[in-house]
Amino acid sequence: MSLEDWPLFEVFIRKRNGLSHIHVGSVHAADAAMALDNARDLYTRRMEGVSLWVVPSGAITVSDPADKAALFEPAEDKVYRHPTAYAVPDEVKNL
Amino acid sequence: MSGPLLDYVLRLADTALILGQQNARWCGHAPVLEEDMAVSNIALDQIGQARLLLTLAGEVEGRGRDEDALAFHRDGPAFRNLLIVEQPNGDFAETIARNLLVDAYLLELYGALARSADARLAGIAAKAAKECAYHVRHSSGWAIRLGDGTAESRDRTQRALDGLWMWTGEMFTADAVDRAMVEAGIGPDPASLKPAWDKRVGAVLSEATLARPPDGWMQKGGKQGEHSEHLGYILTELQFLPRAYPGAAW
Repeated sequence: MSLEDWPLFEVFIRKRNGLSHIHVGSVHAADAAMALDNARDLYTRRMEGVSLWVVPSGAITVSDPADKAALFEPAEDKVYRHPTAYAVPDEVKNL
Repeated sequence: MSGPLLDYVLRLADTALILGQQNARWCGHAPVLEEDMAVSNIALDQIGQARLLLTLAGEVEGRGRDEDALAFHRDGPAFRNLLIVEQPNGDFAETIARNLLVDAYLLELYGALARSADARLAGIAAKAAKECAYHVRHSSGWAIRLGDGTAESRDRTQRALDGLWMWTGEMFTADAVDRAMVEAGIGPDPASLKPAWDKRVGAVLSEATLARPPDGWMQKGGKQGEHSEHLGYILTELQFLPRAYPGAAW
């Protein structure tokens, strides 16, 4: 396998326990184990998180930008779906 | 105690400093960008260890020399690093082979030093051991990939190992300084680190389908300040700026 053949992996980091993993970027690597190490070296140098996921980029199915109107615009006029009527306790930081 | 303890701390500090300097030379030259970052990160860990250890050496010496004075204003014969870390980086396989042999040794050494009777040394070692655990993971992973890779990568890695093996004896051979440290409960008997090192390195080499070179004649002298011709060139680069521009600051 030449270097040009190294597949791309998407990197997700959990900032701290209780939060979900967030996409932060991508790395090249020969396999998943190397992708995890490379992600550690590229994306956690400044204490960015406590957990890492790497996912082969090819495994991600992406929505077509051309479908944006059909997929997302119908939600625009449905404000009643926002839970704005609930009182959120001060202690809840990450809702 | 300051005599042997100073020597002992300088051996640790200089080994970390020269190894860090050597690994840092891959910055911008590693096979891929990701690896550039990985080796540079490792170099920064090692230079960080060297800073703490050189500061401690300055305290032990008690002549007011700080980490910079010790790193930049000593000449080759005053350095106490292991000879293996001053050998040329060579190609990527040679660097990986060198790092595997040294990382596996430092992991055991810092693990033992974390229980040192000297609390300052124990604190530095506990921090360094965590970093070394990642370093050995990096070098082991690559040794396995290169050894169990293509015919050429296997061949180059095997040649690198064969060439480096004679520099490993120094890690496990005690002299008067080591014996004084054992007696004071400060450092481990170097020979006591060998079984765990053998086991770890042996397991990596076997997974990498590489042959463990035989323990033949071994080089020595770095710990006593007798160096190979390579150290001078490394120090020339490492020490140039503060010597040419005394007091230079960012």
